[in-house]
Amino acid sequence: MSTFNHRVCPATGLRIHKSAENLIKANAFVAIVFLAVGGLFGLLVALTRWPGVHILPADWFYLSLTAHGLDVLLVWIIFFEMAVMYFASAVLLNSRLAAPRWAWTAFILMLVGAVITNVAVLQGNSSVMFTSYVPMQAAPNFYLGLILFAVGALIGCFVFFGTLVVARDEKTYEGSIPLVTFGAMVAAIIAVFTIASGAIILVPTWLWSLGLIGNIDSLMYKTIWWAMGHSSQQINVAAHVSIWYLVAAVVLGAKPLSEKVSRGAFLLYIFFLQLASAHHLLVDPGISSEWKIFNTSYAMYLAVLGSMIHGMTVPGSIEAAQRARGFTKGLFGWLRNAPWGNPAFSAMFISLITFGFLGGISGVVMGVEQINLIIHNTIYVPGHFHATVVLGTTLAFMAATYLLVPLIFQRELIMKKMAMWQPYIFGLGVTGISVFMMGAGTLGVPRRHWDISGADSIIKFDFPGAAYLMMGLNGMFAILATLGGIMFVLIIVGSLLFGKKTGDEPLKGLTMETATEYGSMEHPKIPGTLVLVGVFFVTFILYYFVNWKYLAEVWPLR
Amino acid sequence: MANSEDTNTSDPGDERIPTMQKLLDNPFLLLFIGVVMPTVFYIIWGIMEIVTIPIAK
Repeated sequence: MSTFNHRVCPATGLRIHKSAENLIKANAFVAIVFLAVGGLFGLLVALTRWPGVHILPADWFYLSLTAHGLDVLLVWIIFFEMAVMYFASAVLLNSRLAAPRWAWTAFILMLVGAVITNVAVLQGNSSVMFTSYVPMQAAPNFYLGLILFAVGALIGCFVFFGTLVVARDEKTYEGSIPLVTFGAMVAAIIAVFTIASGAIILVPTWLWSLGLIGNIDSLMYKTIWWAMGHSSQQINVAAHVSIWYLVAAVVLGAKPLSEKVSRGAFLLYIFFLQLASAHHLLVDPGISSEWKIFNTSYAMYLAVLGSMIHGMTVPGSIEAAQRARGFTKGLFGWLRNAPWGNPAFSAMFISLITFGFLGGISGVVMGVEQINLIIHNTIYVPGHFHATVVLGTTLAFMAATYLLVPLIFQRELIMKKMAMWQPYIFGLGVTGISVFMMGAGTLGVPRRHWDISGADSIIKFDFPGAAYLMMGLNGMFAILATLGGIMFVLIIVGSLLFGKKTGDEPLKGLTMETATEYGSMEHPKIPGTLVLVGVFFVTFILYYFVNWKYLAEVWPLR
Repeated sequence: MANSEDTNTSDPGDERIPTMQKLLDNPFLLLFIGVVMPTVFYIIWGIMEIVTIPIAK
C-alpha cells in the first residue's frame, strides 16, 4: 500500500489524505457561501412574487432571478458535489487523491468562473435568467464565467475517476467499491455528459455575444442547453441518493438491503436519467412526438423506476438497521425511535420523503406529454424543482455537512439545539414554497413573471383569488425557508470558527464501517417500509389520474 | 462455460465474475454508456430533427 501525507481518522481508522481533506473543506465552504448568496436572492424573488409585497422593480427582479438560479442551481450544488466526490473516492476508499494539483486548478477555475458570471449579472446587463435562452443576449463574461466553471468541474470529475484507478491499483479496498462511492461515480458520469453539453452550446453562444458568430438557432440552443440544464440536476439526484445511503450507514450502521438491486437502480440512472431533459421541450414545435415520448415517457419512467427502488431500499435499510438494534415494536417502532434529534438524520429523512412525494410524483406528471400541457411554463415547474433540488438535494447536502463538520473539519457543532431544529424549519419552509407554487401553477400562474396582475399590460388576465393567496403563502414560506437557511449557515460557519476541536477522540454515535464496505443485509424484514411504499403508490396513482381528469376539464372533447 | 465438476474443484478465488458485476465494476465502460446513450437518443436525434425542418420561403 502506498504512503502519502495523511492523518488517521479516529472514527474509522481510515487514512485521510491531507490534500483530499483540504479540497473537501475548500469546496464545501465555498459551496455554502454561494448557497447563502443565492438563497438571499431567492428571498427577494419570492417577496416580489408575493403580490401584496412586490418588493423589487422589474429590472431588479430579473437580475435577482438570474443570480438566484445561477448560484443555487449550479454553483452551490456543483461545488458541494466536488466535495462529495473527493470524500466518496479518497476518504471512503482509504486512498490518496489522484492529481491534487489538478483538483486545485479545478477549484480555482470554478471559483473564478462563478465570480465572473456573478459580477456580469450584478452589472445589470445579463438578466437573462439561468436558462439564458437566445435571442436574449448576456454580456460575454456571463458565458465566459460559465465556461470556466464547467471546465473546472470537468477536471474535478476526472480527478475523481483518477482516484478510483489509483485506489484499485494500490489495492486500498477489496472487491467492489462501496455503494456510496458507486453513487458518486454515477453522479460524475452524468456530470461529464452535462458539462460536455454545456461546452457544445455555451462556447458558440459566447462567440455570438462577442459578435464573432452571427446567429444561434433558438430551438437548437434550447435543445442542447437543456442537456446541460436538466442533466446538471440529475447529477444532484445521483449525489443526494448516495448521501441518503451514506447518512443511513454512518448514523445507524445501515447496510443496503441488496447491493445488486441498489446498483441496478443506479445503472438505470446511467442509461436513462439524462434523457428526461426532453420534458422541457414538450410543447416546442419542430421536434417530433416520437423524440419527445421516447425520451420522457419511455426512458424517463425507467429512471423513475431507479428512484423508486432507492425510495424503498433507503428507508428499508434504515428499518432493518433499527430492528437489528432492538426497535422491533409494531410497524413503525423503528421510525418512532429513529434519531430525530440528529440533524444529519432528520435532514436526510425529510429529503427522502419530500423528494419522493413532492418532487418525484410531480416530475412524472410533468413528463407526460398530454398532462404537461396543463402546467408547462407555469410556476408549477419551479414548484416541482424546489421539491427535487432544494428539498431533495440541498437538504441532503445539509445532512452531509452535519457529518463533514466532525469527520473532516474535526469540529464539534455549536448551537446544537438550533441545529436540531434547522432541518425541520428549512424543510417546512421549502415544502410550503413547493406546494403553493405547484398549486398556483395549476391555476395557470406563469413562471418568471414580475407581475401576474399585468397592471401595466395592454392585455390583462384575472387569475382567481386562490392564485393570489397561494403566491402570498409562497412568500411567507420562503421567509421560513430563508430562516432555516440562515440558521444552517450560522451553525456551520460558527462551528468551523468556534466549534470545539474533536482532535483524536473517537466520534460518538458515528460509524463508517458499513459506508466503506461492499455488502448487503441478510434476510431483512421491512414491513413498515412496505406500508410506506404502499402509501406512496396510492398517492402517486391518485395524483396522476387527478391530473388527467383536470386535463379533460380544461381541454374538453366536444 | 465451466461444467459443474470444474466449478466444484476450482479455487473459490477463481470463481467466474458475472457479466453484470464486471459491468458495474468498470467505471470507464459505465462512463462510455452514460455519455453515448443521451448523446445518441437526446442530442443527435434531436439535432437531426431540427436540421431537417424545412426552411420557410
